[in-house]
Amino acid sequence: MTHDDGMFGVQGTGDTSGFGGLAKTGASTGSSERPYGSYFDELTDDLERAYPQFSEAIEAVVVYRGELTLHVKREKLEEVARNLRDNPKLQFEMCLGVSGVHYPDQVGRELHMVYPLLSMTHNRRVRLEVSVPDADPHIPSLVEVWAGNNWHEREAFDMFGIIFDGHLGLTRILMPDDWVGHPQRKDYPLGGIPIEFQGATFPAPSERRSYQ
Amino acid sequence: MTFDPYASATETTEGRVYSVTGGDWSDLSTEIGATKEERVVVNMGPQHPSTHGVLRLILELEGETVTEARCGIGYLHTGIEKNTEYRTWTQGVTYVTRMDYLAPIFNETAYCMSVEKLLDIHEQIPERAQVIRVMMMELNRISSHMVCFGTGGLELGAITPMFFAFRERETVLDIFEEVSGLRMNMAYIRPGGVAQDVPQESVSRIREACKEMRKNFKDNETLLVGNSIWMKRTKDIGYLDLAGCMTLGITGPILRAAGMPWDLRKSQPYSGYENYNFDVITADTADAYGRFLVRMGELEQSLRIIEQCCDNLEKLAGAPVMVADKKIAWPSQMSVGPDGMGNSLEHIRKIMGESMEALIHHFKIVTEGFRVPAGQAYAAVESPRGETGVHTVSDGGTRPYRVHFREPSFNNLQATAAMCEGGMIADVIASVASIDPVMGGVDR
Amino acid sequence: MGIEEKLPSGFLLTTVEKLAGYMRKNSLWPATFGLACCAIEMMATTTAKYDLSRFGMEVFRASPRQADLMIVAGRVSNKMAPVLRQIYDQMAAPKWVLSMGACASSGGMFNNYAIVQGVDHIVPVDIYLPGCPPRPEMLMNAIIKLHEQIGSEKLGSNREQIVREVEAAALASQPSHAHNGLLA
Repeated sequence: MTHDDGMFGVQGTGDTSGFGGLAKTGASTGSSERPYGSYFDELTDDLERAYPQFSEAIEAVVVYRGELTLHVKREKLEEVARNLRDNPKLQFEMCLGVSGVHYPDQVGRELHMVYPLLSMTHNRRVRLEVSVPDADPHIPSLVEVWAGNNWHEREAFDMFGIIFDGHLGLTRILMPDDWVGHPQRKDYPLGGIPIEFQGATFPAPSERRSYQ
Repeated sequence: MTFDPYASATETTEGRVYSVTGGDWSDLSTEIGATKEERVVVNMGPQHPSTHGVLRLILELEGETVTEARCGIGYLHTGIEKNTEYRTWTQGVTYVTRMDYLAPIFNETAYCMSVEKLLDIHEQIPERAQVIRVMMMELNRISSHMVCFGTGGLELGAITPMFFAFRERETVLDIFEEVSGLRMNMAYIRPGGVAQDVPQESVSRIREACKEMRKNFKDNETLLVGNSIWMKRTKDIGYLDLAGCMTLGITGPILRAAGMPWDLRKSQPYSGYENYNFDVITADTADAYGRFLVRMGELEQSLRIIEQCCDNLEKLAGAPVMVADKKIAWPSQMSVGPDGMGNSLEHIRKIMGESMEALIHHFKIVTEGFRVPAGQAYAAVESPRGETGVHTVSDGGTRPYRVHFREPSFNNLQATAAMCEGGMIADVIASVASIDPVMGGVDR
Repeated sequence: MGIEEKLPSGFLLTTVEKLAGYMRKNSLWPATFGLACCAIEMMATTTAKYDLSRFGMEVFRASPRQADLMIVAGRVSNKMAPVLRQIYDQMAAPKWVLSMGACASSGGMFNNYAIVQGVDHIVPVDIYLPGCPPRPEMLMNAIIKLHEQIGSEKLGSNREQIVREVEAAALASQPSHAHNGLLA
């Protein structure tokens, strides 16, 4: 959990004027308690039965706003994915892409990759989340499991710099091929130019004063 | 790394740099010259009349047969997802609406649904707002399928469907203009509801427009359905069976044309879709003609839903269209005045004269925005191209931490290789037209 | 071997200018350069309700070599910019550029790393059309204004004189943000 106090270090108020101090907390990585509710218990039990190394592979199980997130260790990602896809009780045939998030505050676990999965047979959704450090941004590729992840992994590489081991042809897809930098990272600037008016310029959106 | 002739890598001081450029044409052409077969690499696009936007198709041809087809995308990459991180949650709607520009309402609804999930108010969206959302979404589905129909016909040489389709699209755009003020990219759906109410007079206009469209759809159908030239060009073209669709993550008309009746509106209903009567149209041919028939069928179902929405709107006249929580609800009511559209006078009288809280809420919500609790959520809608999913991450502030769109066209375009390889060049056009990609959504 | 090499001067030149302008403006063929949302509005302008063919422009040439007008409709990303320039270079003179929409004119709402902040960074623009997206009527208005501009375009020695004057004015002008308000 990160704690970011505002301008004058005042604690504990809900004052949003910007002068009274604003505490911004980062996302926590705790786990939810059983019972998870709806089909989540059944799902995790089936997965545990299908994949006996469940407790080593899954770091946390989070249920929030009616959605189940399994935090998986990157070494076991492919096995978990295969079990989720192939086991008849689970049957997550469709992976809806790879979404990346960069948390520069979570030192050692900065880059998160999120894989939303959909099971059409059982009409269920689950989410896999893998965290990797900036220093070693390698994740096993899931193209062999779900071929549709091909371009999604290329996009994650392009936008975040994550290297997917086993992906043949990991090149830039959205940016020009010789672009330097990974735009969606938090340390990459938005890169606008000052807006010109008659008699003044107005700073680009990322440079403006903001009341967060 | 395996050697990829199209993506050579060089080690520089900053790491490995991949060059996927035309710079290796000379290597490629000497290599091709050395081979015995007549292999030609043809580059279609990014500026090309038939590629549905700025799509670059790199085809390796042997005579007229396509042996390898690759898509080059990214020519419309706008950095929308990064832009949303510098704006409030409500301003994000205006960015997000321009991704899949043929189905802006779907982008907005998916985004708003995920924000509402994070805010935990998705149960408290007023019913009238949900009905309006459904109506706008179905109208958008009609206008999007009309563009697919028109441009698809145009690409395959049929000029008339373009004019017929855009006639219907103009009817729908007139309705959009009446309801939201803009023809395209309306930013109408806001987190918590919709920006402003549908005028009661418009409901009868929408009903009449539905009747007119139903009649006109028959004209459109007679143009192409059963047309022997159209069938010759689209039957058994672009074949992608169910297994292919599943592994490539393809949803929407392509999946339904392969026989799978998967429609999020029926399987995982949102926005009150469970209360409407409509069918899921499928075909079992898994080819371009099947997809075309699926889209034609969906038009009629959309009309059914719109008429049911009109009934509901008449019943719910006067109901609120924004969530009741004043700390989230978009405050202003707009009306047309002598200098254009702006805050209505009643609203200004209220915030300036009557209620201090209303003034504070208006000020805070418009300048700073509302706060969304930390966490992540995923919401999906059934857009005309498939499942549009939004993965939002919030850090507890007034700005999104990360908004990622799972656009259906991004996945659907990956099927180009599977559909085109082994066919003729002309069939590439038919396949891409049947996928109906929107490059704004692919590149974001 | 065009008309530009064989121009007379003086009074005869103005007649030729009028004639050439009349011919050029009434049969201006656009090149298909639809990129994003504005492209859809451009397509809507060519269809029956807003019929662009009244102005002789329904023939959207696929090949830039046969086109006169490039309507840059939509946001130009950094990846697309060289392609845009290449298409512009392939067009044969006389050619005009209409930058349609806010994104093409100035980068629009996307003031970021990925979008070129105005296609005038890449190609010389003759007429800018704001809007997001501009209505078909607005596009037609811009095209008609461009037609008027084309109809009265100078040729030959008159053109050289105008080009010299425009260049001098451009060199002497201040950037707009350095103006000290409207009264300066």
